[in-house]
Amino acid sequence: MAITSIKNLKEFSTNNDRFEGAHLLCPGCAHSMIVRELMNCTDDNLVISTNTGCLEVSTAVYPYTSWDTSWIHIGFENAATAISGAEAMYKARKRKGTLKDPDAPVKFVAFGGDGSTYDIGFQWLSGAMERGHDFTYICLDNENYANTGGQRSSSTPIGATTTTAQAGSHSYGKKEKKKDIVSIMAAHGAPYVAQLAPNKWKSMAQGFQKALGTEGPCFINTVSACTTEWRFDPKDTIHITDLATDSLMFPIYEIIDGHELNILYRPKNVIPVEEYLAAQGRYKHLFKPEHKHVIESIQKEIDQKWEMLQRREEARI
Amino acid sequence: MQDQDLCAAQNRGVRELGAEKLVGWDEVQQGVVINSFDGDATGIVHQKAEERVYSDFNSYTATVASWRVQKPVFNIDVCIDCQNCWVWCPDSSIISRDKQMLGIDYDHCKGCGVCVEVCPTNPKSLLMFTEHTELDAALSGWPEKTKKEEK
Repeated sequence: MAITSIKNLKEFSTNNDRFEGAHLLCPGCAHSMIVRELMNCTDDNLVISTNTGCLEVSTAVYPYTSWDTSWIHIGFENAATAISGAEAMYKARKRKGTLKDPDAPVKFVAFGGDGSTYDIGFQWLSGAMERGHDFTYICLDNENYANTGGQRSSSTPIGATTTTAQAGSHSYGKKEKKKDIVSIMAAHGAPYVAQLAPNKWKSMAQGFQKALGTEGPCFINTVSACTTEWRFDPKDTIHITDLATDSLMFPIYEIIDGHELNILYRPKNVIPVEEYLAAQGRYKHLFKPEHKHVIESIQKEIDQKWEMLQRREEARI
Repeated sequence: MQDQDLCAAQNRGVRELGAEKLVGWDEVQQGVVINSFDGDATGIVHQKAEERVYSDFNSYTATVASWRVQKPVFNIDVCIDCQNCWVWCPDSSIISRDKQMLGIDYDHCKGCGVCVEVCPTNPKSLLMFTEHTELDAALSGWPEKTKKEEK
């Protein structure tokens, strides 16, 4: 009995949580919002593997586990590899007829933070995508190594201060641009690749369902606002994510079969990126006169990216 | 009026971590399996929290209540059951049954305040109070509906 469509939030709320409370993620962390939503949007059995990161260390603090499904704890880089192995074994046992309940639907999901997806586990993820296993990889993108104290990752956007790319008298924080992981994964020819955000719960749930229902390797990049390292009040998690999607810092879109691009959310009023940056402590230094040019370049980049996405959507190629 | 103890209290306290079952973290063998449920876990997806048999290893049987400085208080009279708080609660602490919001699971709530921020009613049906505020005191001082500012 698979949930096929979610009409409204009331209907969605009748699902029973399979991600339990009393995990040790920070108050207001968006990671658990995303994980809860994934586990609520399907009735199927789930096999989940998780890269080392905030999610993994906080949900499996001995002797407790917060997962009501099969969950594999694995190294920093190889959640994609572990889930490939689990999926391959499942298929083999199904073929040999050694499964206890061969008709039960099973979905394979891997979670990773941006550090383990963009940097450390990149090669392993790429390999799993290329081999074409039937799994969904979800990147919880909080733009730094939050678990180890907020070091820069290749997902950290330009201008943000981190513990290893500090803003100061001679620096405006990280100088390099954010890696475009969604395009890279789409270039693998994956059947479904998307960038989603928890504040748009419906498009996120539908995206998850599409990915779970698609045969083959799917990749989803989700925006996960980090109260600790982005430096904002825990209660503002959804507000910050709203600013991120409405300023188009995080456009919400999907790419099907590596070429067909659909924009899933168009803000009615696009807000200037200053509002998004001003709401977070990690960009505070950019508002000094000597660093104003960074904000301008961020805005320019966002406009170019949005133009590119719109044109690609129109072109249908 | 509010059944805030609906799911948590039934399972907690009764089943303490058994000393004979629990080995130290440094004695755990590689590849060990920790069960979230006692007995058969098939069909767990169709069971509500109060129907499940959680094992001692499930974090559901633990509590993070001591993290809180402020707690959200729920006023059922104002609530429209939109379920915004349910979908965005990071700690699975909003108790919703049959499309209705019933209350807050104070054993798992960390007091982040996201539920209060996303509540769309006027006045809000969830508000933050300091941890020792009594429920009656919080509810009796609930703010009135605020009028929209005229432009």
